[in-house]
Amino acid sequence: MSILELKGLTQRFGGLIAVNDVDLSVEAGEIVGLIGPNGAGKTTVVNLITGVFKPSSGTVTFKGRRLDGLKPYQISRMGVARTYQVVQPFPEMSVLENVMAPAIFAAGASSKAEAMRAADEAIDFLGLKDLRDTLASELTLAERKRLELAKSLAMKPEVLLLDEVNAGLNPAEIEIALEMIRAIAARGVTIILIEHLMKVVMSLCSRIVVLHHGAKIAEGKPDEITKNEKVIQAYLGNRYAKANAAEKPNV
Amino acid sequence: MKRPVIALIAFAIIACLPLLGDNYLLRLGTMFAMYAVLAQSWNIIGGYAGYPSFATAAFFGLGAYTGAILQGLGWPMPLAWVAAGLLAAVFAGAMGSAILHLKGHYFAIASLVLAEVLLEVTTSWTSLTGGGMGLNLPIIRMSIAAQARLFFWSMLGLAVLTFLMSWYVSAGRIGFALRCIRQNEDASSMVGINTTRYKVVAFVMSSLFVGAAGALYASWVFYIEPPDVYSVMTTIRPIVMTMLGGAGTLLGPVIGSAIFLVIEEVVWRNFLSVHAAVLGILIVGLIFYLPNGIVGAVARRFRKRGAENGET
Amino acid sequence: MLYAQILLNGLVLGGLYACISVGFSLVWGVLNVINVLHGSFVVLGSYIAYFAYAHFGIHPFFSIIIAGALLFALGYVVQLGLINRVVGAPVLTTLVLTFGLDLLLNNGMLLAFSADYRSVQLADPLGSAVVGGLVFPLDRLVAMLLAGVLTGLLYLLLVRSKIGRAIVAVRMDREAAALMGVDVKKIYAITFGIGALMAGAAGSLLSLVFPISPLAGSEYLSIAFIVCILGGLGSISGAIVGGIVLGLIQSFGALFIGPQHGLTIAFVLLIILLIFKPTGIMGRRGYE
Repeated sequence: MSILELKGLTQRFGGLIAVNDVDLSVEAGEIVGLIGPNGAGKTTVVNLITGVFKPSSGTVTFKGRRLDGLKPYQISRMGVARTYQVVQPFPEMSVLENVMAPAIFAAGASSKAEAMRAADEAIDFLGLKDLRDTLASELTLAERKRLELAKSLAMKPEVLLLDEVNAGLNPAEIEIALEMIRAIAARGVTIILIEHLMKVVMSLCSRIVVLHHGAKIAEGKPDEITKNEKVIQAYLGNRYAKANAAEKPNV
Repeated sequence: MKRPVIALIAFAIIACLPLLGDNYLLRLGTMFAMYAVLAQSWNIIGGYAGYPSFATAAFFGLGAYTGAILQGLGWPMPLAWVAAGLLAAVFAGAMGSAILHLKGHYFAIASLVLAEVLLEVTTSWTSLTGGGMGLNLPIIRMSIAAQARLFFWSMLGLAVLTFLMSWYVSAGRIGFALRCIRQNEDASSMVGINTTRYKVVAFVMSSLFVGAAGALYASWVFYIEPPDVYSVMTTIRPIVMTMLGGAGTLLGPVIGSAIFLVIEEVVWRNFLSVHAAVLGILIVGLIFYLPNGIVGAVARRFRKRGAENGET
Repeated sequence: MLYAQILLNGLVLGGLYACISVGFSLVWGVLNVINVLHGSFVVLGSYIAYFAYAHFGIHPFFSIIIAGALLFALGYVVQLGLINRVVGAPVLTTLVLTFGLDLLLNNGMLLAFSADYRSVQLADPLGSAVVGGLVFPLDRLVAMLLAGVLTGLLYLLLVRSKIGRAIVAVRMDREAAALMGVDVKKIYAITFGIGALMAGAAGSLLSLVFPISPLAGSEYLSIAFIVCILGGLGSISGAIVGGIVLGLIQSFGALFIGPQHGLTIAFVLLIILLIFKPTGIMGRRGYE
């Protein structure tokens, strides 16, 4: 049984169809990339999975249990975590306090000491030990992204949804982020990665799903996807796709 | 020594006020205690949770009338006070569930309107509440001095209870959750906090002792009328006191209440015709020059001094 | 026949309510500030009309200009000097600040004018006309017509003039407007000034209809609140719809429950609306 399953997932905002009948099946331990041009509906899918919105139709199933219709805090407690494209820390609290919050409320730490231990573990894992007592508002963007990852880890998630975790990072910072994501995956966390950077997606993901105008237009291994005509069309337009097809070498 | 313990010692010292034998000081002490109850209670929903509640007068008035009516039916005072507090809490729970999903201005208005509606209902329900003519409370067979001491210690006791409640909130899970909610409500949901439940709990906590204080106030002054107990000033004063002392801190509301009371007494005795204007000036000054209250300003001074001395 | 009269009364009342509220709605919609001073601005406008008539014989309908101008200046200065410093601050801060400023203004008026209720007694009142069995109170009607003209002028300002477009732009997206070269701070001051102007003008008009006293301020404020929630924020059409709905509710409510419950009905409706549809009957839209 797949760990996360989306069936016929559809979301309408007034007259606009943001997510259009998306089916997706994710196996435990996978790293799945979710890509598509801007406005394709990727973040909306994440919002639907994490309970920010209730789907207009379709279902979200996690380990056999329905997620659609549940509140975000309930879904968090069940083991589904996410990061935000625009990071959302608690600005007036220290890094430690920030990470203790999910340890207490999502992972159910029974005492302050236990929460601190869990938080420290996540903080060390993400290399934030020196910043343990710094206020979140005083961190750089890259550090805040790591804080966001640490918070997700402290929730002891089984599925982690990463929404543009590399936005705003320079190449060196991105390398570090990739390392951390690989390390998290190595711990057995299933990861769904929304990304713009093809290099990241290619190097991390075992499988890629492409959305366009809210609908799934392609799904498969990374090298299949880059050659997929519909994908090229969506990103680069018809003329490029045609020109590319004409130039395809014989396999 | 831990700050909360200092506060408790301060309360204990204040409790000895009757020994001075000055009725005027005793009255001031009772007012201080009442202000401390109101301010600390507001601090839970307004300071810690960051939801600008204007419902204080609604809880106070509801408590006052509940207590007065029950006493009129023959209930002993302490029981009437407890019942008033509980009724206010139930009211807060019900209304809170309905309005706490509102944000910012809308929540503020909704909470304010609660008092307005209760005011109108109370004024119209003449058979129960005496309507616009007010309600008298039964006389107590006790000497004036003994009454003064009774009400002083009762109100001070309420203030201590409210303090203990605030302490429990600030030191525990509830306080942590509320602080998260105030800083980033969406992220709070994301990290597993049931924001609705915590907000309603905070709202109920902000009403319980306020309702009891209202009933106590009614017993103390023996006569209440709607515009008196449901007045918007009953709501504004605790907010200003808490902002003055430092919202979202444990000692802020108490310190703010004390200072506010002193200023109020001085102004009432010397500048009565402009007392509203003085409050207005105080508010403007507070917002521009003491945005984090006294506690915040002191904390900042210590941090600066620490940095100057080379500490991190 | 009775119902027709009640309907007419409600509509006239509604028109006056809309006039009171338009400025308040604009300030709330553009600056995201609830101007607690608004009620007192209306009262100040009434006093200006009262004294202009008592001392100089100027008819309140002409005092609109005087009151409007004076209050625009007052509003502009208050915004530029005080409220601009807390724009973007949490709701509690701006709300408590304008409340404090209102305490100051109200106390000042109490000291200057005393709490006694006054009214403008025209030497030459317009009286009423009876048409088709319906009583048309002419003073109120003309007041409402002038209120309509004023509101129409405001609408034209917002739609046609450069400043008006700038105001609408700031309301839609403050940062984008700033990037387009709009001096946001000045627009805030102008908007607040306009809000005060409309309040003062309304006050002048109302000096003939309602009794004048600093104590009336909070009632005007409550009306403005309710109209905004009923009709939706920041739009003139919203204020008009909200005002008329409120006027009709009060008129018919007075018939069935008694006139003293007028505001109560409105408040209960307000709470119900807030719980279920805070953006009002018109919804969030309604850009000019």
